[in-house]
Amino acid sequence: MRLLNKQTNILDFTLSSLLRRKGKNLSLIVVYSFVVFLVTSVVFFTHSLKREAMLTLQGSPEIIVQRVVAGRHELIPIGYMDAVQQIRGVQSVKPRLWGYYYDPTTGANYTVVVSDDLETSPGAVALGRGVARTMGSYEGTVPFQAHDGSFVYLTIKGILGSESELVSSDLILMNEADFRRLFNYPTGQATDLVLSVRNPKEFTTIAAKIVKDLPDTRPILKDEILRTYDAVFDWRGGLVVVVLSGAILAFVILAWDKATGLSAEERREIGILKATGWATSDVLLMKFWEGAVVSISSFCLGVLGAYAHIFFGSFILFAPALKGWSVLYPEFALTPFLSPFHVASIFFLTVVPYTVATIVPSWRAATIDPDAVMRA
Amino acid sequence: MIEITNIRKVFNSGKPNEFVALDGVSLSVDGRGITALKGPSGSGKTTLLSILGCMARPTSGRVTVSGTEVTSLPEKFLNEIRQKTFGFIFQQFHLLKGITALENVMLPAYPSGEKHSALKQRAMHLFELFGLVPKALSRIEWLSGGEAQRVAIARALINNPSVIVADEPTAHLDSKLSCEFMEIVSRLKSEGKTVIIASHDPLVFESSVVDRVVAMRDGKLVDPGAQP
Amino acid sequence: MLGRNSHRFLLLLAINVFLLAMMFVHASVRQREDAAVLERMRQLVRHHGLTDLCLFTDARYTRNPSMADFNTPFQDYPLSLEHFPSGSLLGIPPHLRSRGRTVANGGLRSQP
Repeated sequence: MRLLNKQTNILDFTLSSLLRRKGKNLSLIVVYSFVVFLVTSVVFFTHSLKREAMLTLQGSPEIIVQRVVAGRHELIPIGYMDAVQQIRGVQSVKPRLWGYYYDPTTGANYTVVVSDDLETSPGAVALGRGVARTMGSYEGTVPFQAHDGSFVYLTIKGILGSESELVSSDLILMNEADFRRLFNYPTGQATDLVLSVRNPKEFTTIAAKIVKDLPDTRPILKDEILRTYDAVFDWRGGLVVVVLSGAILAFVILAWDKATGLSAEERREIGILKATGWATSDVLLMKFWEGAVVSISSFCLGVLGAYAHIFFGSFILFAPALKGWSVLYPEFALTPFLSPFHVASIFFLTVVPYTVATIVPSWRAATIDPDAVMRA
Repeated sequence: MIEITNIRKVFNSGKPNEFVALDGVSLSVDGRGITALKGPSGSGKTTLLSILGCMARPTSGRVTVSGTEVTSLPEKFLNEIRQKTFGFIFQQFHLLKGITALENVMLPAYPSGEKHSALKQRAMHLFELFGLVPKALSRIEWLSGGEAQRVAIARALINNPSVIVADEPTAHLDSKLSCEFMEIVSRLKSEGKTVIIASHDPLVFESSVVDRVVAMRDGKLVDPGAQP
Repeated sequence: MLGRNSHRFLLLLAINVFLLAMMFVHASVRQREDAAVLERMRQLVRHHGLTDLCLFTDARYTRNPSMADFNTPFQDYPLSLEHFPSGSLLGIPPHLRSRGRTVANGGLRSQP
């Protein structure tokens, strides 16, 4: 109980002391909170996005076989299916037809995918919500410019749900015949082959066999598709490095004031405290509270602000960076996936270095002989 | 109460600016009374005061407080004894700016872990004693010289010490306030406290309330044999 | 009770700690609520054989990074500077960094 009282007493004084320079300390907390807010926003956003990618892309094909010519992805002959089908462990092989359509009127890129759903509906398309939004059409016919400059008019059969925008926003689902006509896709060729394999342990063996049998192909495994999104916001990526560097720089500037030692005024005050009966440990405890109050406040404000920003505010501050040069941009809300480890790390990094930076420079002053105050 | 034997205090020992502040001082201060240390500046009054008050350690010699030898005690224990036994009033008052008079007075007792409300009560009682209640929540900067002096005294008393040590308390005060100070000191004496004052102000050492005057010069006691 | 600075601060701290706890609670509630939606998205991905999130539609290799060929991120030339801002956000897919090389694109076949 005594120990508790001692803490609150000293905390009282620490707060009075901080309030003396209200403006300075308040702006310190504001800036520090902002730094924490930025970094935490990035952490929360990337972690949630990666988890959503992981969960939704679990449905992606087990193995995809692409043909590569002179280092570039090329069309694959449907005849390759026979060689692949024969590999033991392969349940089924299907050709996949997909590509990109550039819309000159809007400047947007759409992803066109041939879907079995539209096999019996030639002349019809299903649009992703982002496509409809960009085109401004939710029903009726849409003109597509074919490879030879002529126009093909396709009817909108349906719009994909807004809940799936993260994977389907820019999709145009089409009938195979329409696809081939639009792009002059040669018959007997597909974009790539999709394999279904029952046993996950066989993926790599099958992939090796594919490369052996069809040396001009490159198999892509589901595992690799999933890990692609680990590279999202990789800390080595340009923008993230900028944000992190900025944050570190800001922190250094903040802590600089503390770390370069005490002002004469502060030293004098510590001397008075010691002369009136405070022990060295009491002075250091006060300095601890000083650092802790500022850093813990900043942590709370920053983290809570970041959570609100990402999951209630639709990560509005990141939108310009994410949009880049895209014309079509998906509208989606992220499901919050929080890692306690991340939050704990941010707490540790926010509170410990700053508190240490507040205590250490005071060490010398705290051990001052109270006698020196008498002579001051 | 406090006994010092053959105290020597040397500053910057071994360096070219070596200075001997006290040279073989022996003194015995009895409890319950006012002792005044008089002498010109540079005579070692302040140094002697800080050694008597366990604020500094002597270079050589022994200091005993209420029978306990304190010269070789570790800092922590010395600190404890100092906290419990002594209350200091500095020449410059040394009150903390920007915080209230009340908080200034309570500050020395904060680390003891005493309950805040009890502490506040004690402080307010002291404020009542010195007629400072209306100024309790004022900032130090807004107090007059006399009020600040009384706050400084109140601060020295917050831990209920048995010995009050004052260094040139009247240096920045006019005659009226100096007399007021001596009155307060006399009151403290009647409460059974020991007071040690260092001063070169005749108003202090010639005052009738002072029980004993110790004269100093050049780090030594003047006429040690003739001390009453 | 709340006259003292320390009490006020500790109260604020308690509120913040509570809010932080609520943050985690909110997250797990939302996860449960969205589980069905995510399942439907997974089914959509499976049904149409999709391979990537529709995050960056400015270029082929940012829209379908998992399908990008080895040279696209470098725009056919290793020292070619980044063309699209999104490229700086999306790092090179791990599988391109280590095993993109096959006989077809001029490298030795490495272990998958």
